[in-house]
Amino acid sequence: MLPWIAGFAVLLIKLALVLGLLLLAASYLVWLERKLLARFQVRLGPNRAGLFGLLQPIADSIKMLTKEDIVPAAAERVPFLLAPAVVAVTALLMFAVVPLGPDISIGGHTVPLVITDLNVGLLFVFALSSLGVYGVAVGGWAANSKYSLLGGIRGAAQMISYELPLGLSLVPVVMMAHSFSLVDIVNAQAAHPFILFQPVSFVVFFLSALAESKRIPFDLPEAENELGAGYHTEYSGMRFGLFFLGEYVHIQVLGALMAVFFLGGWRGPWLPPWLWLALKMFLVAFFMIWMRGTLPRLRYDQLMALGWKVLIPVALVNIVVTGGVLLQMGGAP
Amino acid sequence: MSSAMEAIKALAQGFATTFMHLFRKPITEEYPEFKRKLPARTRARIILTRDPDGRERCVACYLCSSVCPVSCISMQSAEQEDGRRYAPWFRINFARCIYCGLCEEACPTSAIQLTSFFETCERDILTLVAEKADLLVDHCGKDPDYNFYRYAGIVTDKGGKGEHEREAGPVNPRSNLP
Repeated sequence: MLPWIAGFAVLLIKLALVLGLLLLAASYLVWLERKLLARFQVRLGPNRAGLFGLLQPIADSIKMLTKEDIVPAAAERVPFLLAPAVVAVTALLMFAVVPLGPDISIGGHTVPLVITDLNVGLLFVFALSSLGVYGVAVGGWAANSKYSLLGGIRGAAQMISYELPLGLSLVPVVMMAHSFSLVDIVNAQAAHPFILFQPVSFVVFFLSALAESKRIPFDLPEAENELGAGYHTEYSGMRFGLFFLGEYVHIQVLGALMAVFFLGGWRGPWLPPWLWLALKMFLVAFFMIWMRGTLPRLRYDQLMALGWKVLIPVALVNIVVTGGVLLQMGGAP
Repeated sequence: MSSAMEAIKALAQGFATTFMHLFRKPITEEYPEFKRKLPARTRARIILTRDPDGRERCVACYLCSSVCPVSCISMQSAEQEDGRRYAPWFRINFARCIYCGLCEEACPTSAIQLTSFFETCERDILTLVAEKADLLVDHCGKDPDYNFYRYAGIVTDKGGKGEHEREAGPVNPRSNLP
């Protein structure tokens, strides 16, 4: 009985830590994005709330939380209220399978530094990222506004199209690691990170994950200068905040997944494991912000053409080539 | 294939350009600390000026309030002891004012003038309604020498043109004939 309770307590502590850090990092990612984007555009960015504007995220969250939560009269009430939660929850849950470091031992017990080591962790990630589409599509539809509906439709089409190359690009990784578990995938990169063997997979995964997270240059569901704010046009207060939060948690999850699948996860010399993971996530986030400061939005047909005519064939060819090479070598490298 | 290489090159150039901007000095001017010098003809808060003798210039002719496109000026006209007109009350609703400057152009006595003071934000909209006491200032504004009555006296109960206190006599319009 006692070990069960202790295990449960450890799990709760891990959950609280990961959730707290994730949400804190999400709000400071907003700060980082605003600051960096400002510097890319030769502006100053937030600098009034606290030193270097460091209290800006706190001021923003207070503003979001105290704003009126408006439900349009014509909206479908229940789906409208639930959709933001779907986006935020799916983004947060994806972090459950990301290994944060090697096993540590506390009082003779080994505690794995991952919330749950699912043996189908990769499929779990895909399942959640597919579920995230529902938040966008249902939220866009339930608001009963033309802009929201257009944003929702675009979001659904885009995310379903890019789900395919996202999945296909990770098949070579699974072939090389012989496992769907994210812990095993990280362990398989003990010698070399997979980006050295799979640069094509890396690029395909990054592009499709970028499209999944609806960021520039793939931010057609939001497209503020065409659709107002796309699927979350009608949302206000913390419900809009949840969409916002979902987006920034998604950036972190994307960074963590890039790290786990291609950059060796928490592995790295000299520095402690959690710092390596954080550093890799930061690098990915920085690159995404850089990209936002550089690229314009794609046209809708360009987006679809890139997904179906470039990324999927490239990913398929990559799978065949990887399979051939693995067969020749008679196993994993 | 060459078009793909060109695209990649163009992308790289774009990324390099934005990255260079990261190390440039921001061009932002931080407003409350740094105030840019305003142009000479900046139009902002309205004042009522006095003539060089220290008397109110306004003769309550209603030209400013009738020319005002948003009808934000209102006043009442009355006669002083010496028969000259003045405004017992004069009100400008700055919540409505669009700072077009037409009142200043219409004013025959150069009484109403626009200044460059633009920081008129208030939390309560009613505090933006300015009464005569708020508008009247103790100087001549942009027109330091102009006194309406030196050029254009009017006939009142107290006397004819040029017979009032501090009023120049009428100019003979034929004096400059050849």
